[in-house]
Amino acid sequence: MQATTTSRPVTGSPSGMRKEIGNTLLLIFTALLALGFMFPFLWGISSSLKTGFEVIAYPPSLLPKSPQWYNYVQAWQEADLGQFFWNSTVVTGLSLIGQVISSFIVAYGFARFRFPGRDLLFILCLSGLMMPVYVTIIPLFTLFRWLGWINTFKPLIIPTYFGSAFAIFLLRQFIMSIPTEFDESALIDGASRWTILTRIIMPNCQPALATVAIVGFMASWNNFLGPLIFLDRVENYTLPLGLWFLRGTIDDALPRDHLLMAGAMITTFPVLLIFVFAQNYFIEGIVMSGIKG
Amino acid sequence: MTTRESTPPFADRLPAPRAIRTRMSAARRREAFQGYLYISPWIVGFILFIGGPLVASLYYSFTYYPLLMEPSWVGLQNYATAFFKDRLFWLSAWRTALWALTTVPLGIVGSFFAALLLNRAVPLKTFWRVLFFLPSLTPEIAAALLWLWILQPDVGIVNSTLKGWFGIIGPDWLAGVDTAMPSLIMISLWSSIGSVRMLIFLAGLQGVPQELYDAAVVDGANWWQKVWNITLPMISPTILLNLILGLIGSLQVFGLAFVATGGGPAYATYFFGLHLYQTAFRSFDMGYGSALAWFLFTVILVLTLIQISFSRRWVYYAGDAKD
Repeated sequence: MQATTTSRPVTGSPSGMRKEIGNTLLLIFTALLALGFMFPFLWGISSSLKTGFEVIAYPPSLLPKSPQWYNYVQAWQEADLGQFFWNSTVVTGLSLIGQVISSFIVAYGFARFRFPGRDLLFILCLSGLMMPVYVTIIPLFTLFRWLGWINTFKPLIIPTYFGSAFAIFLLRQFIMSIPTEFDESALIDGASRWTILTRIIMPNCQPALATVAIVGFMASWNNFLGPLIFLDRVENYTLPLGLWFLRGTIDDALPRDHLLMAGAMITTFPVLLIFVFAQNYFIEGIVMSGIKG
Repeated sequence: MTTRESTPPFADRLPAPRAIRTRMSAARRREAFQGYLYISPWIVGFILFIGGPLVASLYYSFTYYPLLMEPSWVGLQNYATAFFKDRLFWLSAWRTALWALTTVPLGIVGSFFAALLLNRAVPLKTFWRVLFFLPSLTPEIAAALLWLWILQPDVGIVNSTLKGWFGIIGPDWLAGVDTAMPSLIMISLWSSIGSVRMLIFLAGLQGVPQELYDAAVVDGANWWQKVWNITLPMISPTILLNLILGLIGSLQVFGLAFVATGGGPAYATYFFGLHLYQTAFRSFDMGYGSALAWFLFTVILVLTLIQISFSRRWVYYAGDAKD
């Protein structure tokens, strides 16, 4: 984007020198800022690898004297994080499958069919994005209680099988950018609408599907209020809820902050991993959805 | 379908516009039916999990409804209690207003400048973008724990550094009446500046035509004049989107405060969401909780509409013919 301004010969002339110094300063500033953003993580990782005594020592050491990898094993087994991790994986995995498939089908309906009231229904769908969670959560709680779903994963999983407003919006925008000529020629060849969806639309929608999957993953994996309200028994807790629970049960006699930090890292790593793998898809999806306004 | 059977046998040889029209409308009807079928999961979900509960909570807000009893109609009593009796209602509402008035503008300005920085031709652009984005990927609860540990009063890295380098005894940040709110605001900025909001700004910045900047350079404009006169007007739709989304999100603040401060100390960080949670899921006063939820919903609706109607004065749509 900046090619036209930066591709001019910059060396030699005094103004070029000034520009070069300016760019270096800017780079240093960017790096410092990035370090600031990263610091809480790096500190968390460092603390998670210290011994229980080193972690509360004053002054704190920047790096652990010898990294205690066993802390992670201890957090996983003794602090039950393994169980919480498994619960989070089940909830996130199942709700992700439901959300992506159903949102994709619904988005296809909104993007490729003409029917009375379509635009109004779509606006209704979008209005769901503006609604605070609190305005539905009380009746949902009474509904799920009536259904006997409290203390199960069902309240966290089943609603996702009916699509999510954000995913439907993003996928619809994306499908609408695919030329309809493909659909029409396939229709003439006698393909069914369903075949068009799976054979033509789906292969062309991969960046959008990846974006929807990442956003859905993060929403489900990070969800705190839902599990807090719908899950009572500790053995059902998801990771964020489990972390909160662990913090509340800290026995003051024993320093366990290193284990808590290990827990925070265990909760964060899967998100980072998925993001690093799908980074380009994700950003492309945000840009292509036209969300920029 | 029946119209087709009643079509005369030689219909295809006749010009018969009526026959063609009925056949097309049959296809149309088929298409419409299929369309409804495809969106039916959302329709069912909307009725069960959004529309239905929305109506139900509106009804509950006019009732006295402890969880284990049937709701009984009390008219506007819940709203009267909220406005005139419940001290914590106004307290939490003002705490939340303060939160939104600080985190939204600061966060948007921060994200804008971060995007501006990353949009320049700095080397390793993608690398920096990932590092800036990292905090927003941290699950809220993990972020709360990280910061609790960083701000820990005795051996936390912040207070240790203050003591070791400057000899200052730092406060107990998250447990001090005056420091808890600023600390939470700082944590929120850390996790929101490099977030999707920054990516939306980046996408917006890439849509600003380079010719405008080139023309401005010819006219001798400096960096700030370019930002003020070109960048800001050109991306004003993006700013509006971020303002609307940011406000909706910030008014619902919950998890961070719930874990990091629990609303304390002395209700210093007792946000509206915490009050609602306490009311509905600790005291199980579902009727009053629903009234609180509808109050918040109304505020969000009104503020969003105000923002949209004010936006005509300052948002510039490049494709629009405006006078």
